[in-house]
Order: sequence, then structure tokens, then C-alpha cells
Amino acid sequence: MSTTDFSVTTPIDHVAVEERVARLNKRSIKKDSKIQALKMALSMMDLTTLEGKDSEGKVIQLCQKAKLPYAPMPDLPTVAAVCVYPTMVRTAKDQVKGSGINVASVATAFPSGMAPLSVRIDDTKFAVDEGADEVDMVISRGAFLSGEYNQVFDEIAAIKEACGKAHLKVILETGELHTYENVRKASDLAMEAGGDFIKTSTGKISPAATQPVTLVMLEAIRDYYYKTGKMVGMKPAGGIRTAKQALQYLVLVKETLGAAWLNNEYFRFGASSLANDVLMQIVKQQTGQYQSADYFSVD
Amino acid sequence: MEHLEVLKTYKIYIGGNFPRTESGRFYKVYDSEKELLANACLCSRKDVRDAVKIARGAFGGWKSRSAYNRGQILYRIAEMMESRRAEFESQLSKIGFTSAEATADVNASIDRLIYYAGWTDKYQQIFGSVNPVASAHFNFSLLDPTGVVGIFAPEASPLLGLVSLVAPVIAGGNTCVALASEAYPLPAIIFAEVLNSSDVPGGVVNILTGKKEELAEHFSAHKDVNAMIYTDNLSNEMKKMIDENASTSVKRIVKKLVNDWYEDDTQSPYFITDFQETKTTWHPVGF
Repeated sequence: MSTTDFSVTTPIDHVAVEERVARLNKRSIKKDSKIQALKMALSMMDLTTLEGKDSEGKVIQLCQKAKLPYAPMPDLPTVAAVCVYPTMVRTAKDQVKGSGINVASVATAFPSGMAPLSVRIDDTKFAVDEGADEVDMVISRGAFLSGEYNQVFDEIAAIKEACGKAHLKVILETGELHTYENVRKASDLAMEAGGDFIKTSTGKISPAATQPVTLVMLEAIRDYYYKTGKMVGMKPAGGIRTAKQALQYLVLVKETLGAAWLNNEYFRFGASSLANDVLMQIVKQQTGQYQSADYFSVD
Repeated sequence: MEHLEVLKTYKIYIGGNFPRTESGRFYKVYDSEKELLANACLCSRKDVRDAVKIARGAFGGWKSRSAYNRGQILYRIAEMMESRRAEFESQLSKIGFTSAEATADVNASIDRLIYYAGWTDKYQQIFGSVNPVASAHFNFSLLDPTGVVGIFAPEASPLLGLVSLVAPVIAGGNTCVALASEAYPLPAIIFAEVLNSSDVPGGVVNILTGKKEELAEHFSAHKDVNAMIYTDNLSNEMKKMIDENASTSVKRIVKKLVNDWYEDDTQSPYFITDFQETKTTWHPVGF
């Protein structure tokens, strides 16, 4: 397969993207379908804590929540993964052992990526050696915006190699890419360089995940699938706080990629506060009573 | 040139904005002669949900305002009400108040706001306490606002009754969602316009219009509503339903039957303490 010439830009119809998102947002999902979708969203979550003040205790607490999201409803699905810094991988791995929950680690000098490639590769290897099942890397946005596409491509490929068996998610940090065209180009580049997932944001830059950007990335995944037959996953992250937003994202995925992507092998939410809102909506659906955050764990 | 009269659209008040009900429904409001006055929003459970969410969001900020600042803002509401007295009086006279009664109602409403404005930085001294204990502790009890309060405004006193319930609730640092008098909702919406121009942060007071029969269930069952007050004699079924729903979240239900809002006992600091939680702290001393 020949690699794409990344100096050629795929044009994006901005107005159509935003209108399509607006139209799909009107889709109404109620009753049983809503409960199913909420449970699906829960099972797709990468429960995340990425703060400078993270401690072992915080990570242990996060893992408990991942395994048993809401104690009064033990039959709810677990989340897909917990997402932590490399130094917390060992702790998380011990906690989720035997639960089927993956441990994802951000690496490559997250969130800026501003470190020499050798350091970023070591960072990745450290995370994988500690037991990370998935690695979330950041691309060099500065190089990308200067048109150094080959450099960005080679870096992703090098990190992919360092990952070994671990799944690689490539964070584009779309908030710093400015245009849909750049998002599309970065998506194409990340997929061809070997990314198993493409991810919108670190969550440290505003705007983080938005639906139009996600749609552009989903379409890139679809075109890549038609071209190569390879299914790449999608992970919007940052700013997704409500169950309603989560359902809107699921509709986007279903309508762009189809049901094959509607599972946690190919779709994830990167979020920290989304879990509680989804849980509150599930309880609301089952009891008919609007819930209060007072009755859900603080995290 | 001939002037075409522009009629006012009465909408609801949520988060400092005047949206229409999300349900798109309305009901007709009549004056004392059974003539159509206006259409009012017929709110649904989703309006209650939206309003509660906004009220919850506004609670932290309002609670942490200094008591003195809350007093200033209540006083400001009174000032703004004074400047719009003519509109209130004309609205009240359409629904059967004589001119003297309308003036008295607005006067009493303004006085009530001033009354509670004065109490904001005083009730803590009166009802808080330093408690004698038999150990080396400094032990004190302070009042803390309950949270989001649901208010069913009195049916027969659409302005003074509403103000009498909202003022003590917000004076104490709570936020509220008030359901206006069903038959006479328009004074409540004019009051919302006053609030909107009175430095009251958006979301502290939210005012809905609609039917108690439909919304009582959702006010009382919503777990993010911490307390409710009503002063009308509701039907036994409704009271029972409210109590039962409230029990699932240990919601405080305050029932005070009031027939005459000019009575002395319709304003008192106890209307404030109805929506306060007493927190007692043991602080070690002697080290």
C-alpha cells in the first residue's frame, strides 16, 4: 500500500458537518433503548484521572469505581478501562486484576509532547513495562502545524513500535489544530502510521472534544476502512460530562460507522465526570425520579 | 401615526433568562371579569428538572456570598419593585384588587423584602450558639442553608404571598424554584423581571407557571430538591403524595397554613430557619 501524500488536503464542508451533527442531535432515544444506550456508554468509558495531584489513593478509588460503578446496581457493566499517568499504572493494574478492565496510560510527555523523541519512547516503554494495556500518546502539534508531516508520522510509528502488544491511541489535540482540514489530515496520518485508535484531546486544552470534530474523525476512519479494510477505533475525550452528550456521540458513531463500531473495542469515551451523570440517568430511568449528585460517589 | 398596542408575552424565569416552557404548552389566564388576560406557560416536569439543575448550580455561589451582600441584594429587589409599582398595581387591579388593596399589597411586599434584607446578617447571631460542654472543646452550632427549595406560591396572594415565601428562603442562602399562583401567575412573572434587574444572580430564584396537580409529583420526587414549602390547604391526596415522595430523599416539607398575609406572624425569622441546617462543631482547645 502506498502512503498518502499528506501535503494534499482533503476538503471538509464545514457547514454540512455542523448541520449533520445538529440533525443527528435531534434523534430521540427513550425508555428501553435509552437504558441500553446508557449502559453501553458506561461500558465504553475510559475512567480517567490525569492530575498533577494524583495519588495512589485516588487511583485505587478510581479503580473501585471502575469495577463497581454503583453499588446498589451490581449488575451494571464495568467501564472499559482506567486511564492514568505512567507512574500510576502499576497501582491501577493491581487493582483491576481479574476484572477484565484494561489499564490505559498516557505517555510521550503528556499533555504537551514537548520532549525529545528518545524520552517519549522511554516514557512509553516504561508504561508498557509497568503493565499498561493501552497507551495514549500525543502528537507533536507544533511539527504538524509547521507541515512536518513526515516527522509526525515517523514519531507515531516509533511509539507504535515501542508499544509492542499494547494498543496505541493517538491524541490529535484537535483544539490546537484549528481547522477541520487539519483534523482530517492528522487523523489520516495517525491511522496510516499505525494508531489503533484516534483520540480527540488531552482534556487539558479548550476546546476539547466537540461533535463536529468527532464527525470529521469518524469519517476519516470510515474512509480508511474502505481503503484498507482495517477498523480503527475512536475516542472523544474532554468536555463530555452529560449522559445526553454521550448518547449524541453514540448516534454519530452508529450513523457514520455502523453497529460494528458500537462496542468498547472500537469506541471509547475519555471522561471523569461523565460516569456519574450516566449512572444518575440510569437510576432515573429505572425509578422515574430525578437524581441528585449527593447520592453518588464524589470523584 | 396610529399606534398598535404591543402585548407582553409572559414567559417563565429560569437561570436569569426568560425561556418558554420546553413543552410548548400554555394555558389561559383570566381577569376578575372572566376576560382573557394573557397566555401563561404550562410548565412540564422537564421545566422543573431544568430549573432545579440551574438552582443547584447557583447554590454554591449564593450560599458563599457574605450575609451582608445578600442583604444588599434583597434591599435592591425592594428598590426595583418600588420603581415598578405602577405595573404591579395595574396587574393586581385587573384580578380583582381595589386600588387601595393593590397599593397595600405592593407596599407590604416591599416592606417584607426590606424586613428580610435586615435579617440576613442577624439570624446567625440569634440562632447560632456557643454550647457549654464538659470537655476541653469549644463547641458551637451554626446555621447552614438547606439547598434547593421548592416553593408553591399561595393561590390567593399572587404577589405578597410569593414574595413572603421567596424572601426568607434566599435571605438564608438557599436557592429556589417557585411555582406561581395557578390562576394569577402574571404578578409572579413581573416579579421575575424585577429580580432580573436586581443583582440577584441568575438561578437563585426560578419561577415557573403551571398546574400544581401536574407538577407536585416532580417537585416532591426530585432528589435534588432539598426542601419544599406550601401555605395553601392542598388536597389530602396531594399532601400524601408529596410526603411519600419526599420521604425517599428525606426532603423537608414545610406546611404553614396562611390565610392572611398581613398577619404579624407571616413574617418572622423562623421562615428563614425553616430552611437552615444546624451544624455543630467540636473544636479542641487547651493545646
